[in-house]
Amino acid sequence: MNKILLIIQREYLSRVKKKSFLLVTFGVPILIMLMYGLVFALILKGDKFEESKKIVVVDDNNYFEGKFKNTGNLNFEFSDEGLEDSKKGFLKGDADFLLYLPKFENNKPSGIQMYGEKQPGFVLIDDVEEKLEILIRDKKLIASGIDTTELNNLKTSVSIDTKKITENGEEESSSGATSFIGLLFSILIYMFIFVYGVQVMRGVTEEKTSRIIEVLISSVKPFELMMGKIIGIAMVGLTQFLLWIVVTVALGSVASNFIGGNPAEQFSKSAQTELSQGSEKIKAANSEADPAKMVMDSLSTLNFPLLLSCFLIYFIGGYLLYSALFAAIGSAIDSDSDSQQFMFPVTVPLILSIIVSSNYIIRFPDSPVSFWFSIIPFTSPIAMMTRIPFGVPVWEIILSIILLIFGFIGTVWFAAKIYRTGILMYGKKPTFKELGKWLFYKN
Amino acid sequence: MLEIKNIVKQYSGHRALNNVSMTIPKGKIFGLLGPNGAGKTSLIRIINQITAPDSGEVLFNGEKLSGKHISQIGYLPEERGLYKKMEIGEQMLYLAQLKGMSRSDAENKIRYWFKKMEIQTWWNKKVEELSKGMQQKVQFVSTVLHNPSLLILDEPFSGFDPINAEIIKNEILELNQNGATIIFSTHRMESVEELCDSIALLNKSEKILDGTVKEIKNSYKTNSFKVEYIGDLKNINGDFTFHFKVKSDEEMDGSRTAVFDLHSYQTANELLSALISRVQIVKFEEVIPSINDIFISSVN
Repeated sequence: MNKILLIIQREYLSRVKKKSFLLVTFGVPILIMLMYGLVFALILKGDKFEESKKIVVVDDNNYFEGKFKNTGNLNFEFSDEGLEDSKKGFLKGDADFLLYLPKFENNKPSGIQMYGEKQPGFVLIDDVEEKLEILIRDKKLIASGIDTTELNNLKTSVSIDTKKITENGEEESSSGATSFIGLLFSILIYMFIFVYGVQVMRGVTEEKTSRIIEVLISSVKPFELMMGKIIGIAMVGLTQFLLWIVVTVALGSVASNFIGGNPAEQFSKSAQTELSQGSEKIKAANSEADPAKMVMDSLSTLNFPLLLSCFLIYFIGGYLLYSALFAAIGSAIDSDSDSQQFMFPVTVPLILSIIVSSNYIIRFPDSPVSFWFSIIPFTSPIAMMTRIPFGVPVWEIILSIILLIFGFIGTVWFAAKIYRTGILMYGKKPTFKELGKWLFYKN
Repeated sequence: MLEIKNIVKQYSGHRALNNVSMTIPKGKIFGLLGPNGAGKTSLIRIINQITAPDSGEVLFNGEKLSGKHISQIGYLPEERGLYKKMEIGEQMLYLAQLKGMSRSDAENKIRYWFKKMEIQTWWNKKVEELSKGMQQKVQFVSTVLHNPSLLILDEPFSGFDPINAEIIKNEILELNQNGATIIFSTHRMESVEELCDSIALLNKSEKILDGTVKEIKNSYKTNSFKVEYIGDLKNINGDFTFHFKVKSDEEMDGSRTAVFDLHSYQTANELLSALISRVQIVKFEEVIPSINDIFISSVN
C-alpha cells in the first residue's frame, strides 16, 4: 500500500510541477474570461462602435416619409428632389447612401435601388429591406380595409414558460438551461476522460521505451504500478479542475467589479434594446421573458446537490473505467504512433455517447435509447449526465452507478492482465488475438 | 545465499528454462554465462520476482523467495534506462524508496555515492541532459543505493569507456569485499576470468556447466605445456629418446615457443628434464584453457 502511495505521489508531482500544467490551469480561464469580456464590451458599447449612417431617400410614391423610423445607427432623410438631382447632390453632401423607391404598381415593389460610394453591409440592407417589407405589408392591409389599430391587435407574441411539478410544489424550469447544463457536464466528463486517459497511456509507454520499467517492476508489482499511475493522474486532473473553478470564480468577481454592477443584468438590458430595435419577429424582447434572468432563475432551480454528486461519481467512475483501458493500450505498444489501432475501439463508445447525447438525449431524455445509453457503463458517464437535469428515476441512477462500478472493476482486471505481459514485450506489434492470449497467461 | 532448484519456465511455444538448478555461494562473485537466448534473462527475472517459474523454487538464505526480499536485491538490467525528464536526485530518492528505504536514509546514501562517483553537481540535472556514460553511472548508483546483500548485474560494463569501466569494476569489488554477493552476467569473458569465483553456463535453456572457476578450468586442462626456449628442437621428432608430443613450435622475437601435449601418465617434471638437456629454457608454464575457450567448446 505504501508503495502505491509513493507511485501516486511521483505521478502527481511530476505532472503538476510542469510549466505546461500551470499555463493551462491559469491560462484557460483567463483566456475564456477575456473572450467573454470582449463580447460583453462589444455588446454594451455596440452602438458607440458602429458609426451611424445617413440615408437619403427619394420616394416617388410620396408615401413613406415619416413612416421610416430612425433606429439605432440608421438616419433617414427624405429628399424633395427627384432622383437625378438627388444623385448629383449626393456626392457633394454628407449622406452615406441614397435609397430610391420608384412608384410601385399595385403595391408590388420593384426597382428599388441603394446607391452609395461604398458597398453597404448586408446587415444594413437586411434592416432596410425588413422595414420596407413591414411598411408595404401594412399598406396593403390598410388598402384592403383593415384599420391600423386592428392591425396591431392582430400581432401576437407567444412565449411559453416551463414549470416543473415536484413534491415541493411548482418550480420554475427552463428547457434551455437544463439541456445546457446537462451537456456541459457531459462534455466536461468527455474531455477529462480523453485528456487524462491519454496521459495514462503515454506514461505507460514512456516507461517501456525508456526501459525504466524493468527496474520498476523489480521493486513493485505491475498492478501497483498501474493503479498508482491511474490514481496519480486522476489527482492531477481533479487539481486542475478545482483550480479552474477557483480561478474562474476569482476572475468573475474581479470582472464584475470592473464592469460595474451585475453583469448579467447589464447584459440582459442591452441585449433587450438590441433585439427590440431589430425585427419584431424576436419575441424575447418581451419583458416577461427576460432571457438572462430566465437562465439565472432556472439554473438556481436545478437540483444542484444531486447534479454535483452525480457529476463527481460519473467523472471518477468514467475516468477509472477508461484509463484502465488506456493503460492496457500503452503497455501493448512500443511507441505512441502505434496506438491508433487500439485506441479506435476504445474511444468509439465515448464519441458515440457525445453525439447521441447532444443530438438525441436532450430532445428525448426518457426514450429507450437514452435509457440504455445511460445504463451501459461505457456510455453512461456521458449519457446519464445529460439526462439527470431533466429528472431521472432514482432506481435508474442507482442501477447505472452500480453497473459503472462493476464496469471499472472489470476493465481494471482486464487491463492488469494485459499490462503485466505487455510491459515486458518489445518488438512484436501485437494483434488483438495476441492480446487475447495474454489474458490467459499465468502470474 | 541463493538456491535455485529445478526451475522450469515455459512461454507459449518456447521453453526458456528447463529444470535449471544451481547454488550461488554467499559473499562471492558468481558469473552467469551463456549465449543469447540461453535463458539467463529469464532466470534473472525470476530471481527478481518480475516473473514466476512454472515449477521449481528459489530459496533466499533458506527462505522461499518472497516480497520481503525485494529490498535486499539490487538489479541492473541489460536493457536499462531512467525517466528522462525527471531530475536525478529526485529519481534516486524515488527508486530507493520503492526498494524500501526511508527518505532520509536514501538522501544520505545518495549524497555519499554522488560524492564517491564525483557527480555531486548533477542532483538537479535531468537524465536527458547527461551523456550515455553518465546516465549509466547514475543507474549504477540507483542499483546499489539501498545496500543490497545480493547484486544482480547484467552486462554492467556496457556503455562505459575503459576509465569508467575500471571505476565500476573497483566499486563492484569493494561492494563484494564488504559482504555483497554478486551475480554477474556478461559476454566479456576476460572480466569473468578477472572477477568471478564461480560460474554457471547456460545453453538452450539448460545448465551445462557450473562450479568454481578453478575447478572448471582444471577439468578442461589437457595436460599441455608451453615452453619458451633458446635453441633448436627442429629434429626432435626424429629423436627416439624424446617421448613428448609436440603440438606446435614457432619463432617469436628471437626465441622459440613450443607447446607440448602430454599423455596423462607423463608429468611436467619429466618434460622439463627432457628439455633441460636439449635447450635453454626461458619460460615454462601449463596451458590452462581460458573461460572463453571453455565457453566456445562447451556450447558447440
